[in-house]
Amino acid sequence: MYRIDPKALHLAREFRDNPIGHHSPDLELVLNVLRAGSIQGKYCLVCTKPFQEWRLARLSGTRGVPPEILHNRVYHSIVEAEWDVFKRRWFDATGHTIDDAEL
Amino acid sequence: MKTILGYSDRFTVGAGDSIAFKISSEREEPFDLDIRRIIHGDVNPAGPGYQDEAVPSAVAGRYPGRRQTVQAGSFIRIPRHKAFDGLASFRLDLSLWPTTVEKPGQAIASLWDAPRSAGFVLLLDAGLLRLRLGDGTGAMAELTFPSAVAARTWCHITARFDAANGTASLCVAEHPAEEKVALRSLGDPAADLLFAAMPRTSGGGETGFYNGKIEAPRLYGTRDASIGAWDFSQQMSCETIVDTSPNACHGTIVQLPSRAVTGSNWRTETRAWTDAPSLYGAIHFHDDDIADAGWTESAVWTVPAGLRSGLYVARLTTGTDEDAIPFVIRPTPTAGLSDRLLLVLPSASYIAYANEHLAMDAALAERIHDHLPVFTPEDIYLAEHRELGGSLYDRHSDGSGIMTSSRLRPVLNMRAKYQSWLGGGVGSSLWQLNADTHIIGWLEQQGIAYDVVTDEDLHEDGDAILARYRCVMTGTHPEYISTAMLDSINTFQGRGGRLIYMGGNGFYWRIAFHPTIRGIIEVRRCEVGNGWITPPGESYHAFNGEYGGLWRRIGRPPQMTLGIGFIGQGFDICSHYRRMPGSHDPRAAFIFDGVTEEIIGDFGLIGGGAAGIELDSADPERGTPPHVLVLAQSENHTNTYLPTVEALLINYPGQGAQQNTMVHADMVFFETPSGGAVFSTGSIAWAGSLSHEGGVNAVSRITANVVRRFLHPHIFEV
Repeated sequence: MYRIDPKALHLAREFRDNPIGHHSPDLELVLNVLRAGSIQGKYCLVCTKPFQEWRLARLSGTRGVPPEILHNRVYHSIVEAEWDVFKRRWFDATGHTIDDAEL
Repeated sequence: MKTILGYSDRFTVGAGDSIAFKISSEREEPFDLDIRRIIHGDVNPAGPGYQDEAVPSAVAGRYPGRRQTVQAGSFIRIPRHKAFDGLASFRLDLSLWPTTVEKPGQAIASLWDAPRSAGFVLLLDAGLLRLRLGDGTGAMAELTFPSAVAARTWCHITARFDAANGTASLCVAEHPAEEKVALRSLGDPAADLLFAAMPRTSGGGETGFYNGKIEAPRLYGTRDASIGAWDFSQQMSCETIVDTSPNACHGTIVQLPSRAVTGSNWRTETRAWTDAPSLYGAIHFHDDDIADAGWTESAVWTVPAGLRSGLYVARLTTGTDEDAIPFVIRPTPTAGLSDRLLLVLPSASYIAYANEHLAMDAALAERIHDHLPVFTPEDIYLAEHRELGGSLYDRHSDGSGIMTSSRLRPVLNMRAKYQSWLGGGVGSSLWQLNADTHIIGWLEQQGIAYDVVTDEDLHEDGDAILARYRCVMTGTHPEYISTAMLDSINTFQGRGGRLIYMGGNGFYWRIAFHPTIRGIIEVRRCEVGNGWITPPGESYHAFNGEYGGLWRRIGRPPQMTLGIGFIGQGFDICSHYRRMPGSHDPRAAFIFDGVTEEIIGDFGLIGGGAAGIELDSADPERGTPPHVLVLAQSENHTNTYLPTVEALLINYPGQGAQQNTMVHADMVFFETPSGGAVFSTGSIAWAGSLSHEGGVNAVSRITANVVRRFLHPHIFEV
């Protein structure tokens, strides 16, 4: 199974610059790993103001139980949300924190 | 938070028809109702913005709010019959194929007078079969079979009670269990006989919904006198349950469980229930089946004469929320050929996607779409209220595929203003009805006279409707189509009709409409699935006996009608078309009149381009006529654009669109031998580019050129 190299920060930079759209083959590999896993606890977004505001949420994986909205995470663009979730998953997968200032 | 929601009994109405609006005000707040005509449903501030028009009506006003609920769960009701009178000793035989054995309290059969605790209930309770008995005086007994029932395995069950000596017994697969009980009577229960449910103890209604199949129940009374013998293989397409005994204790199914499913005696040699109905004597019940919410009507409007044909809503507003129930006003039939365009809104496809839970239930959704799923308050409400049912892409709570879908329930994703996670990772995020309002808004903006009908009209009266028009336009994603609908389109073409296909992945799945209840469709996802796949032997629709699946495999691929057919999809960003040599052919000159660009549609509100989401391509092997002009091809799609599985005979590396040239949209034009013509865009996203720069752009220009020529009486020559 492909393992993410925590030093391959150029891929994190690539994602930050263009989270939705064309990706390099190496970034595709990373994203396929980060987005794998079961439905329970998977990140998603809930739009609270159309085209203005989104909140981070986690899927319950249980029928009849809606996603748990993490109210402390409010985004003002989808791009901002994608980048935040990418960093969370990168840490979960590698144990390394991405520091925006160092990218 | 959703606090107001509703549905209507009809989706299309004409002048003089009545339409009933059935509304639930969750907090019992009063609500205001008014009628609006929808012009543009997309609220994206980067586009034209939401536009509707007030329609004065007698139904407008303030209404008292009332909370209405939905009881999902299918079952059979055999109304109380004199043959049940005096029931004491009994024997119940049936076969069972349970799917959620661990679920507690599933009633397989009940003749239970709940307020008096009289009669019997056969239960599947946390893996164990139980026979519950009551005599109506407070005495009750319960016999439990000692070993657990296996899931998805047929077993024959006999439940007995001998009132003379107080013996209760359960026999499972010829293994008996017997017990003496302190009962000598069943208390003459005043109840209907139910299969797959039991009455609630109080308040009316049913509970204890069972998941799985039941087959051939037979009920006997004292000395094995026959009370009823129900044959589920009869009257397969309707709601009737037939008792073959002399007592004729016929009944009905409630909330449409799945019929035309294999029974315990099914063998692989038989593929069609119509060939041997006796092998299909089972019904598959689900505790989340929903065919009709059955709400009380809150308001009824009789449509006056003189209103223009179009897409309308009954807007409902409270102090805290808003809903808008969509419907279509059909044109009034007129003599002679109309000069107006006819837009067919793909209501069958709206119903197919009704209340979908794909990203809520499927871990793969984010991988497929290459972005985080974004949910709306409507999606959150649906996640909490599974009783509103799912779409034809979802699964029942027992994991089996949902084969029927109804609009006789609140359908929260069939709304103007609604944003769908299916509609791309950037832009307006539109899907189905709201995406189709881009077409309506553009027709209005261009001043093109048009009428609107729906798939239901096409299915029921297609030939007569289409005969009044020269030019028909589809919606953005007319994916689900019945035989009658396709026949009427092909007949229209045979008369010289002109067809503009404004979408992608059209005319793809065959569906069957319910023979008597309007607004309910069935799909059998055979051979290739999507979300689920039909089990072996269940590829024929219960509603009409037709073989299901893809029209491509049935033998009428979309390429035969539209020139193109589904080839691949991606849900992140959309791209553009590049003109092909066909666009410079003199036959296509009218289409590109005033268009100087070689790149078409590198802009748009749906995914940022005119080509994307789902794509269709030309394929001579599937029926693309040899004289088709390929006008333009899409390019530069991301690798999340992958070929549809039925296009592959074996999988191999490099399927993403960056390496697989198969995955692209073909924009095509061709004339028909009868003097008509077809123009097909091959992309769901096309409509999202029409409004760019105030409608002054190549996508708009091409579409308008086609519409104006297709409305012109001068015939096309091959």
